[in-house]
Amino acid sequence: MLSGWFILLLSTAYLAVLFAVARFGDARADAGKSIISANVYALSLAVYCTSWTFYGSVGRASSGGLSFLTIYIGPTLMLMMTGIILKMIRISKVHRITSIADFIASRYGKSQLLAGLVTVIAVVGVIPYIALQLKAIAASLDVLLLEGEADFLPWWLDSTFLIAALLAVFTILFGTRHLDATERHEGMVAAVAFESVIKLLAFLAVGLFVTYGMFGGLADVFQRAAASPELERLLHLDASRAGTWTAMILLSGLAIIFLPRQFQIIVVENVDESHLKRAVWLFPLYLLLINIFVLPLALGGLLHFHGQAFNADTFVLTLPLARGAEALALLVFIGGLSAATGMVIVETIALSTMVCNDLVMPWLLRSSGLGASKDVSRLLISIRRAAIAVILLLGYIYFRAAGEAYALVGIGLISFAAVAQFAPAMFGGMYWKQGTRAGAVAGLSGGFVVWIYTLLLPSFAKSGWIGNGFVEDGLFGVSALKAQALLGLSGLDEISHCLWWSLLTNLGLYILVSLNSRPDAVEAGQAERFVDVFRHSAQETDHRTWRGRASIDELVSLLERFLGVARARQQLMLYARGRGAVSWQKLPADADFVHFAEAQLTGAIGSASARVMVSSVAQEEEIGLEEVLDILDEATQVRAYSRELEAKSNELEQATAELRAVNERLRELDKMKDDFISTVTHELRTPLTSIRALSEMLHEDPKLELTDRRRFLGIIVGETERLTRLINQILDMAKLESGRAEWTSTEVDLGDVVRESMAALGQLFRDKNVALTAALPDRCPPVLADRDRLTQVMINLLSNAVKFVPGGSGKVHVSIHANAQRLQVEVADNGPGLTGEECSVIFEKFRQGGNTMTDKPQGTGLGLPISRQIVEYFGGNLWVESVPGEGANFIFTVPLTAPEEPQGDKKHGS
Amino acid sequence: MKQSSPARQRLTSLALLGLPLLTYPILSLPVGMWAGMPADYIYLFGVWAGLIVLAARVAEKKA
Repeated sequence: MLSGWFILLLSTAYLAVLFAVARFGDARADAGKSIISANVYALSLAVYCTSWTFYGSVGRASSGGLSFLTIYIGPTLMLMMTGIILKMIRISKVHRITSIADFIASRYGKSQLLAGLVTVIAVVGVIPYIALQLKAIAASLDVLLLEGEADFLPWWLDSTFLIAALLAVFTILFGTRHLDATERHEGMVAAVAFESVIKLLAFLAVGLFVTYGMFGGLADVFQRAAASPELERLLHLDASRAGTWTAMILLSGLAIIFLPRQFQIIVVENVDESHLKRAVWLFPLYLLLINIFVLPLALGGLLHFHGQAFNADTFVLTLPLARGAEALALLVFIGGLSAATGMVIVETIALSTMVCNDLVMPWLLRSSGLGASKDVSRLLISIRRAAIAVILLLGYIYFRAAGEAYALVGIGLISFAAVAQFAPAMFGGMYWKQGTRAGAVAGLSGGFVVWIYTLLLPSFAKSGWIGNGFVEDGLFGVSALKAQALLGLSGLDEISHCLWWSLLTNLGLYILVSLNSRPDAVEAGQAERFVDVFRHSAQETDHRTWRGRASIDELVSLLERFLGVARARQQLMLYARGRGAVSWQKLPADADFVHFAEAQLTGAIGSASARVMVSSVAQEEEIGLEEVLDILDEATQVRAYSRELEAKSNELEQATAELRAVNERLRELDKMKDDFISTVTHELRTPLTSIRALSEMLHEDPKLELTDRRRFLGIIVGETERLTRLINQILDMAKLESGRAEWTSTEVDLGDVVRESMAALGQLFRDKNVALTAALPDRCPPVLADRDRLTQVMINLLSNAVKFVPGGSGKVHVSIHANAQRLQVEVADNGPGLTGEECSVIFEKFRQGGNTMTDKPQGTGLGLPISRQIVEYFGGNLWVESVPGEGANFIFTVPLTAPEEPQGDKKHGS
Repeated sequence: MKQSSPARQRLTSLALLGLPLLTYPILSLPVGMWAGMPADYIYLFGVWAGLIVLAARVAEKKA
């Protein structure tokens, strides 16, 4: 037994939990730690699933089969058009837009007329939808209470009215708690996300209970339905209704972004654009999950209640109750309450913002009803609260007038068709710069009138509230004017019929009038900023399209009146800090400041009213249409130039880096040159010193013995020879390095070169008593090289060897090996050998083996570097392999002429 | 932002792919019962789930 009071208590407790969640969300937002994550954002989008989804889908499925799914497929597809949604979000952020009415009004020149028109359409269009929620809660209460006390309320109190009143109070507490009307409602979003989870869980619970508890699973439900001739048709789509199917997808696709509450949640409450990435799949997944059991539930209800009176809209409650599962029924009731309250809260908050900003404010401003009141921000909140109450009251009246005649889904679709009227003005506004205010007004009013005539009024007529002559026979008896068969167009269901005619009228008028009217300067500027929102950065051009005089004090007092003193001061401080000023009193009243003020006001009272208020205190100079367009155009060009500049400066940086590297290398070379000169002069000075010393002795001492004289002269001759050799080698080295050396390339037999060199130095070896042996092939493959130069290398290696081996026991062995690509010549000795370090050092200029500090230098230190240069010139290598104490093995290679072309015939440095 | 991001283009093309798959005339192709369930039911939820999986993969891929 469910007591009415118990249900009331439970509902109140649930609403209190919601309130706590919202409180928590707000507190976290105030503390700067937003709880709005990508998941919360995606879940809050599920405010789309109202009691229509929760109760109505099952009702729809029990008469129309799978056709209920169109309402969820449309949003899935629309949400994937992330480009469109992202653009809406970006535009709204840049222009501080807080409602769909503001969006359209702002785009078409901040027009008050347009803002009011959109608001009227939204309010009138959405009221049936709110009535739907009231009807759903009332119906669900009736079902629960049927079990208990039928009338726990006094006779004079209608339960639906009570629900409406409760919801109004709750929404007022919920959405307009803050005095500032500009900020996002993070608490509300958190509560809506929480509700979304509850309603999904409740629906899945009842779905599982019926499918698996009352029946034997999905397949069982379907098979039992297939066995019944009445239900069999519900299992399959009706191809004859293909047109309706597509129309519903279009309609719901538009509704997901244009319903005031969806615009509020998707666009206005969006904290971070990247959250969209989660929503694009999580929200469709939510829709899929909540729909899986709809058809099984409908079939289960029809099977279970076969032959009894039933209301298919409440199957989700009556089925568990039929099995006595009261707890589950209560959970479902709470789920349904979630669905309804979530929708009502967000929808009425969105609508009340629009009513306040776009209907009441303009009227107050015009009638100077504001007077000299100091702080209007409190008034704003009061207006919003009153608007919420009035909207819910209107919903209740519609419910009384027409609610009984329709199933839940039928009422909801009427609202969908109304908000679809925003599509041409919205899409045109975002993608078509030529769309004008006149076109938008014409299109919207045309479409709205058609909607009223073909859908809203017939819904009244159906419930007998007004006569239905215009539906049956046409207005004034003209059959072409039959409300649901205009110009004889029949065969469509009423929604498709209305959608077709209203969108045709709307789009046609929008395009025709737009093409035949000219926008004014403000409008053209806004068109540019909306369509190219990704190209114009936030306020780059705003302050250039405004010229005039303003006073800081007046603007500040304006802000204080509409935002409240505390909040206005806070925003001013932030703004001043952003511009690098100590306090806002010091700021100039320039275009930038005026724009800041207007943006702040836009957040509070909408773009149209904000513009009126700002121009009431600032004398704006008229700027012509052409000039505005020029400025915006120029701004775009400036951006292009700055991009070019950036590219240029990147290039410059690169060039600078290259120059720096080259400079570094030059410095290194310079240092090497200095080192070289100081080494050379040192090397030259050593023999010169000894020549000079001996010459002086000969010169100063005439009585020197002949044997001493001969010995001294011998040394002098030797040192002079060394000097000559040194100078020759330096010259040679210089020639090689500068590339001015002369080369002649002929085919050379390396074996001959080695034999000749050995013969030339034979005497030297014999003098020192060093054994010179060789292992040479008779004929070597020819190499292309300079014979004299190779001889020079060979002689250098041999003379080095003989220099370092010990006299008497010294051995030097020369050998040649050939392989496919090159000839390899080895000169091995049994001298002291070289350490690993020395192996590389001896190929540097003026570096010699042995300790040069203590031993007398035995060579010039240029032989090996020159030899290496020569060998490398011919494409070979020269290196040494050595183990200290066991002799050294000098090896060089020369590539063979064949198979590849040798490098030898090209002139070095040419 | 001169060009649409690749993820956005992929998602939009998913929507454009889903539209014909979830409307007539392709929708009239599944008939009868599949594995004891209505073919239409399986087909609609199958395509829908497929779109969601693809969208999730595109959207959650690290750029």
